[in-house]
Amino acid sequence: MKITTEMVDYISVLSRLKLPQEEKEQMTGELERIIGYMDTLNALDTGGVEPMSHVFPVKNVLREDQVVPSFDRAELLKNAPKADEEAFLVPKTVE
Amino acid sequence: MKEILNLTALQLGAAIRKGEVSPVEATRAALEQIEERKADNAFTALTAETALQRAEAVGKKIAAGELTAPLAGVPLGIKDNICTKGVSTTCASKILTGFEPPYDATLVEKLDALGAVSLGKLNMDEFAMGSTTETSFYGPTHNPWDAGRVPGGSSGGAAAAVAARSCWYAIGSDTGGSIRQPAAYCGVTGIKPTYGTVSRYGLIAYASSLDQMGPLARDAADCAAVLDAVMGKDPRDGTSLDVPAVGLLSGLTGDVRGMKIGIPADCFGDGLDPEVKKSVLAVADVLKARGAELVEFTFPVMEYVVPTYYIIAAAEASSNLSRFDGVKYGWRAEGYEDLTDLYSKTRTEGFGAEVKRRILLGTFVLSSGYYDAYYKKALQVKGLIKQAFDDAFGKCDLMLTPVAPTTAPKIGESLSDPLQMYLSDIYTVSVNLAGLPGLSMPCGFDSKGMPIGAQLIGPALGEAKVLNAAHAFQLDTDYHKQSPVEKEAR
Repeated sequence: MKITTEMVDYISVLSRLKLPQEEKEQMTGELERIIGYMDTLNALDTGGVEPMSHVFPVKNVLREDQVVPSFDRAELLKNAPKADEEAFLVPKTVE
Repeated sequence: MKEILNLTALQLGAAIRKGEVSPVEATRAALEQIEERKADNAFTALTAETALQRAEAVGKKIAAGELTAPLAGVPLGIKDNICTKGVSTTCASKILTGFEPPYDATLVEKLDALGAVSLGKLNMDEFAMGSTTETSFYGPTHNPWDAGRVPGGSSGGAAAAVAARSCWYAIGSDTGGSIRQPAAYCGVTGIKPTYGTVSRYGLIAYASSLDQMGPLARDAADCAAVLDAVMGKDPRDGTSLDVPAVGLLSGLTGDVRGMKIGIPADCFGDGLDPEVKKSVLAVADVLKARGAELVEFTFPVMEYVVPTYYIIAAAEASSNLSRFDGVKYGWRAEGYEDLTDLYSKTRTEGFGAEVKRRILLGTFVLSSGYYDAYYKKALQVKGLIKQAFDDAFGKCDLMLTPVAPTTAPKIGESLSDPLQMYLSDIYTVSVNLAGLPGLSMPCGFDSKGMPIGAQLIGPALGEAKVLNAAHAFQLDTDYHKQSPVEKEAR
């Protein structure tokens, strides 16, 4: 399958990535080769085969709803690149 | 080199319990060895001071009879994608620079409770994506057998540290071979247990349906002891299985009489290095001499396993890695215009090329218009691969295959051609797709002196069989006792 730079632009937006031109062109070629190789699977007839997401029959893992203490807020905020005493800080998003 | 560095983890544990060696002495010896082996670049973070304090405290508890586990007081290393409270955990990525988790992974808690002493965090391919440990933001790890070669990946730091006698065992993670392949390249023993047997809570996710943690160690008995300590149901991981502690270590008898060892012909065909093939098939002869039966059959899904794996792994990665956005933890880019720009700039500059490639690939196979042709198709083929394993285990108890088509390549050879690197994962990825236990053990050396690994694959929850067969092989051979450090000294 042919992969174009427009397609790479589109999936880059979805992925929140912004590749520089040179990197984008290289990536387009690489993705085309990789996806071309994945087309190997088309040789297999999978009509009537159920898609398998989990290999073991584990379903609906339920537990009692218990109140437990949350993590300490200050501890969590310590890891943020930018925070004040009570929140993560990001650029203004709503005028 | 200090004698104690050459002990296995279990031998050191026994010496500590007898009072012949203290955990502090062992920790000091390891820290000195790590310093000596600095050029390996196996560690991303060392916690020398904490390790010595911890060793002191653990030593007292062992002396008081409060800690009696086989590995109490034995120093280890932990792969850098496993959360350790207050200790840098970066996945070897720029984007997680400075991240110190507020909690321990369940596995780390379990090891701590039994008296483990962690020396620090181990280098890896960025976010466990790679087969060489060259994609690390902290630079490549070198293979202790030949510094010009890669240690394999993604748990390359773990395999190199165990091989170089810098620690007695290590915890790695394996999504498509990331414990087994570096174990093979570095001449150590490593096992990826059945999916769900070890809680993934605190393992930073790459592909959640395939990720499992497990040990890399000097031999199968050490691996059994580690698994005994870390397996079990965890309410914090909904996919963890309710399997009882199975006594893997105490079950190691070396008795393989009547065990059927399956040899899938499709795993020994074109593309396999003849020296690797010869050494792996020789494992069958050793087991046969101990009374095992050999069964040959076809395994007709091999050409589909790599594309299926990379579609599923990339899809899950593209979703899992969306949490790294420069807001909640780690590194944030500078000079952004608005929130979206903050995300994009941080991710573009914070992730390396291989991680971006897999995020884009995963986004593509999940995107509308391509979902059915790629992602859904891969999930269907996954069903067929699982079926092929079910058929195989109708004919045998264990499968014997190579771990990788060649021994460790030279540094710089693999990254220029990503597809070629993906293809080298052909013998390991199917095991993750089917959720099975797979072990890698040393079974010889090629003409360049590089270690060769053999893989034993068991049916679901077949850890005991896999470990016992490996133990049987190691009773009759000494490949696992060879050390690159002694080789250098000669």
